[in-house]
Amino acid sequence: MRVARSELWAGRALLLVLMTLTILPFISIFMTALHPSGTVPGGLDWPVHPQWGNFVTAFNDAHMPAMLASSTFIVLAVVPVSLLISTMAGFAIGLLRIPGARALLFLFVFGLTLPFSGIIIPIYFLERAMGIYNTRLAIVLPLIALYMPFAVFWMRAHFVNMPTEISEAARVDGATTWDLFWQIHVPLAGPPIASLGILMSIWTWNQFLLALVLVEDPTQRTMAGALGAFQGHYATDIPLLCAGTILILVPTLVIFVLFQRQIILALLQGSVKG
Amino acid sequence: MPVPFKSKVTFTMTSDTRTAAHASSRRIFLHRRVRREAIIGWLFVMPALVMYAVFVLQPLVLTITYSFYKWNGVGPATWVGLNNYITILQVPNLIGTIYNAFWLVVWFSFIPVSLGLVVASVIHRVATGQLGAIARTVLFTPQVIPLVAAGIIWGWLLALPGLINQILKIVGLEAITRAWLGDFHWALPAVGVIGIWVLLGFCTVLLLTGMGKIDPSLYESARIDGAGWFREFVTITVPLLKNEIGVCLTVTVIAALAAFDIVWVSTAGGPGNATAVPGIQIYILAFTQRAVGLASALAVMLMVLVVVVILPIQWLSRESAQ
Repeated sequence: MRVARSELWAGRALLLVLMTLTILPFISIFMTALHPSGTVPGGLDWPVHPQWGNFVTAFNDAHMPAMLASSTFIVLAVVPVSLLISTMAGFAIGLLRIPGARALLFLFVFGLTLPFSGIIIPIYFLERAMGIYNTRLAIVLPLIALYMPFAVFWMRAHFVNMPTEISEAARVDGATTWDLFWQIHVPLAGPPIASLGILMSIWTWNQFLLALVLVEDPTQRTMAGALGAFQGHYATDIPLLCAGTILILVPTLVIFVLFQRQIILALLQGSVKG
Repeated sequence: MPVPFKSKVTFTMTSDTRTAAHASSRRIFLHRRVRREAIIGWLFVMPALVMYAVFVLQPLVLTITYSFYKWNGVGPATWVGLNNYITILQVPNLIGTIYNAFWLVVWFSFIPVSLGLVVASVIHRVATGQLGAIARTVLFTPQVIPLVAAGIIWGWLLALPGLINQILKIVGLEAITRAWLGDFHWALPAVGVIGIWVLLGFCTVLLLTGMGKIDPSLYESARIDGAGWFREFVTITVPLLKNEIGVCLTVTVIAALAAFDIVWVSTAGGPGNATAVPGIQIYILAFTQRAVGLASALAVMLMVLVVVVILPIQWLSRESAQ
């Protein structure tokens, strides 16, 4: 398609402006983080003597290794379990078409628009009664449940489009329902399972409300929850707050740059289907 | 078991068997098989269903139940009927959170979606190759980081010595500099700007992807007819992107109405109640003021509000996409 030269440059200029506006906040907190701890610098002032030590201080003060370990633990507890049980449910609803499948699908889809803040109050009281309040389990269990509407909907959308011939052929060979699921359909569902895994990992890592309400100890929280606690701690020390925020962002940004294609694709597909 | 499923199975079976006796014995056998498979199928759903029932459906019912009581979370609860709902409708600070939520929809939803449409349509033909790939990644970054981090970063940018005021000074607008998040009139729009930063890139990339699917020959023929950029935009781009626009609206409207992280970190609802949205007020009522019943009533109203706003968007965008 031919594009007028002026239009080409206008488009490129707009793109560059937009990219600058997106990146500028990161640059600003990076420069702020290099100022002496306890000072209040301007937003884009270049530090005369860059204080790289701020990152070390923030690393130690924020208990970064413990926070990373906690957040990783929560992701590893939530994502595989959610993937397994939502794939099983999606398989039964979308492919086996069990009696009541439509009602089940409706029941799960009903939860898609539910804001977490809508049901957080009873979750708090339930977990106190169950004795899991202030443990990582307090975040893990409700999070798995809260992902079910989206995850089941997502996996069902995959299974409902699978041709029935594959299952019929396996049945003739005497495969049980579990064989059919585990040996034939799970391997075929690789791409949607991978996308769902990426989505749920990001959502878990970034989960804030559940961590804030259900776990008091920052070293038992998700990364976002720990960051919230860190902010309360360093509200008055801007350079250290910025240094800590950058440290907490580094793992996310590194993973994003490494897997950008898959992550962007997953997030776009996730929103289109959901 | 629903009847249609069963009858369909028996129908196909009787049609390809000859004798009645044979048919009936087979039917019993198949009935058992169908039933067995149904039970196995349900076992596959059970883990997901049990988790969902215990940690989502049960709390949902409990929230509704709590909303009819006055309860401090520890002592005995007293039945108050609809009083909590009436209180919310009457107290300006409580009903005000719903107004604020709708104001946030303008900032989190209308601006990113309409701006995203314009930006995407301008860059969609130049955003190919290397520049396009880099732009996608860069614009998407705010979508990947925790909203808490976005709140902290912007809390600093919008502060008195922060970047925004520094830029305003450079361009000669020193008179309007202020602590944006601490200003009664400007705090909500300032929170809105954070939402734009987080959501604009997402909308732009999603709409760009949609535009990539539009047949270029449509644009070619519009050009031959002498249509300008604006005509093209209104007659081709927007109608053919209805589905993607619907998705953007759904995601961003939910982000606005159910906002919590960004607001909590940047203003905690202040100054006063200037930026208090339902999510924030639910948290404060339930966990610092111990008004569990009142908080639950607001939670119910929030959940109903989200459904009432989202359903029409879904209907409109789905319908026209077909």
